[in-house]
Amino acid sequence: MTPNGWLQILLFLAVVLAVTKPLGLFMTRVFEGERTFLHPLLRPVERLVYRLTGVDERREMRWTEYAASMLLFSLVSMLALYLIQRLQGVLPINPQGLPGVDTAASATGGYVGSAFNTAASFTTNTDWQAYVPETTMSYLTQMLGLAYHNFASAAVGIALAIAFIRGIARKEANTIGNFWVDFVRCNLYVLLPLCSVFALVLVSQGVVQNFRPYDTARPLDPQSAVQTIAQGPVASQEAIKMLGTNGGGFFNANSAHPFENPTPFSNFLQLVSIFAIAAGLTYTLGRMTGSQRHGWAVLAAMVVLFLAGVTTAYWAETRGNPILSGAGVDQTVSAGQSGGNMEGKEVRFGQAESTLFATVTTDASCGAVNSMHDSYTPLGGLVPLVNIMLGEIIFGGVGSGLYGMLIMVILSVFIAGLMVGRTPEYLGKKIEAYDVKMAMLYVLIFPLIILVFAAVSSVSSSFGTSQLGNAGPHGLSEILYAFTSGTGNNGSAFAGISANTYWYNTAIGVATLFGRFMMIVPMLAVAGNLARKKAVPPSLGTFPVTSPLFTTLLVSVIVIVGALTFFPALSLGPVVEHYLMYAGQTF
Amino acid sequence: MKKNLMTAILMTVVTTILLGLVYPLAVTGLAQVIFPDKANGQLMRRADGTLVGSALIGQPFTSPGYFRSRPSAAGAAGYDAGASAASNYGPTNQKLLDRVKADVEKARAENPGVPVPVDLVTTSASGLDPHISPAAADFQVPRVARERGMGEEEMRRVVAAHTEGRQFGFFGEPVVNVLELNLDLDRSSRQ
Repeated sequence: MTPNGWLQILLFLAVVLAVTKPLGLFMTRVFEGERTFLHPLLRPVERLVYRLTGVDERREMRWTEYAASMLLFSLVSMLALYLIQRLQGVLPINPQGLPGVDTAASATGGYVGSAFNTAASFTTNTDWQAYVPETTMSYLTQMLGLAYHNFASAAVGIALAIAFIRGIARKEANTIGNFWVDFVRCNLYVLLPLCSVFALVLVSQGVVQNFRPYDTARPLDPQSAVQTIAQGPVASQEAIKMLGTNGGGFFNANSAHPFENPTPFSNFLQLVSIFAIAAGLTYTLGRMTGSQRHGWAVLAAMVVLFLAGVTTAYWAETRGNPILSGAGVDQTVSAGQSGGNMEGKEVRFGQAESTLFATVTTDASCGAVNSMHDSYTPLGGLVPLVNIMLGEIIFGGVGSGLYGMLIMVILSVFIAGLMVGRTPEYLGKKIEAYDVKMAMLYVLIFPLIILVFAAVSSVSSSFGTSQLGNAGPHGLSEILYAFTSGTGNNGSAFAGISANTYWYNTAIGVATLFGRFMMIVPMLAVAGNLARKKAVPPSLGTFPVTSPLFTTLLVSVIVIVGALTFFPALSLGPVVEHYLMYAGQTF
Repeated sequence: MKKNLMTAILMTVVTTILLGLVYPLAVTGLAQVIFPDKANGQLMRRADGTLVGSALIGQPFTSPGYFRSRPSAAGAAGYDAGASAASNYGPTNQKLLDRVKADVEKARAENPGVPVPVDLVTTSASGLDPHISPAAADFQVPRVARERGMGEEEMRRVVAAHTEGRQFGFFGEPVVNVLELNLDLDRSSRQ
């Protein structure tokens, strides 16, 4: 660890905190339907979209209709992505002439459920990628199918978070907003303008943006074979990939690829863009519920957990791999090298920007990577895995992070209420049996999906363990990470696992769908129920949700719930591998 | 329900045109006008017009007289920019240890008695890393100087000229672009 490395990490945090208020205020105005500086330009477009799609923007929805609209949209748009992939062979903007996904002529040589897996994964904001983009997806599929879903799934997540906030803020109301209006406004006023600027800044750093066929180079060394250089409209997708916490790479190497993330500065901007909207939403929460200090208290809990993660990962990776030291490798930190465990990392990023990226991408539900988590030391790799297991609520995915965090807030308030023997209240609303039941459903569905699928895979040699890239406890970590990432809608991987098979494509595809929609429904039910309630004025016995005490309790609840659920599985994977590595054991 | 289904279909079509077509095409247009070189991958050509490669994408070097790039897991021969990939070897993988041991042995034969910098014997995340650390470049100076018949001090000066510090003096790590360094060596030896 170096002073410069820590300064890069702290500057990152400072910039995120600096954009929290302006972005949060802006989003509050957008979703409350107030005028913004973008209205002269975009309001006519918004009106046109409503006219074309038959949306009445003044109409409000109950939580059930809000949920139904969201589900219908997800179903239809997922189907569209599936069809685009299957039919890309006969569609235009395909200079490499790539065949339809899952066809006999494709890289997989036949149907392995890859198109279903990708459609499910991008619709749910997961962006798990079993396929190799360079040899699988045409430029048209990338922009019309995949980049589009980067927008759509992010906007759905943000819309849901806003609906949840309305549920808390409204009193004796039946409705929580209009899904279509929230969706359109999010895309038009928040995501599209930010991405347009961000994409061009990325190009200025060297991210490519073209429709060239792949280039062919004759390398400098005459002994080297001809080099194929994949191209494409990368920057436009990269911008929404990060801002929408999607994380699906245009290339196989994701944000490690020099065309996706060419410089340390482009890397820094990508990092900030992962957290920006999620941080802003905590301010929106405070603003819309009328308790700005509650918004900051929630943000404080996120900052504490973020710092714990990045410190552990940065420390563990800089320490390096003792087995390689034994083989005569110099892993010390010096002026000439960042040192540490460099397997699966890029020299321009070094340890600080690599481990920061791994922490941030899993705190949020992003899943983009600029280094390969599979090659991390056991404790370094434990950090991204645990971050996802905690529910990706440390800033979190756009929208999904906030509503996940608010479920934990409700549980914290409930536990505080039990401790003092009083009916718990949250921002003037009584938290009752129904709310806690739904919150518990939200908390329990998550590990159930992960652990069942991981258990089945880890005892099935023919289709489960046969696909592993690493043996020993690290193999279990690969399986566990795959289903945690899928269910948590993260999308990053311990990528040594060869998951482009019928079982993994189907199982992980189903896990992404369950992990998103089965958790959204109880969450919206809580929102609808809260909106209906009367406000009770705060009394002496009310547990304040604005104090450092509340932040501490919230962090404890998050850690305890996560640890109780996953500790047994983790101890068989990364924890035991850590001790074996220091004993010099290889597999 | 029926009305919302209709809206779902229309919403998918309308927003797909806007976000999946208009937006990327507009960004492409602007990028090609404002940053034509960067938007196309910073390609480098020889005097006869053939493509050498991209300033951003690493290449393998095996011939004598060249600085070597890091090992690569992209494609069968490494540095296949049509199939970026990492080894994804875990820290306790025997294959990782075997590969590193073999590379350490080769490196030590070229420059005995000096510790081997870690990035020189580990694969990158993309398999296309264009850089090595200044330590890894310095490690190779004696061999390349010998093979090119140059003095070590002179070679160190060339490497220093190709060592980029942190971006804006702050972000990332110091690096040496291997392709650009080797191109420069070839150019000056031809003169």
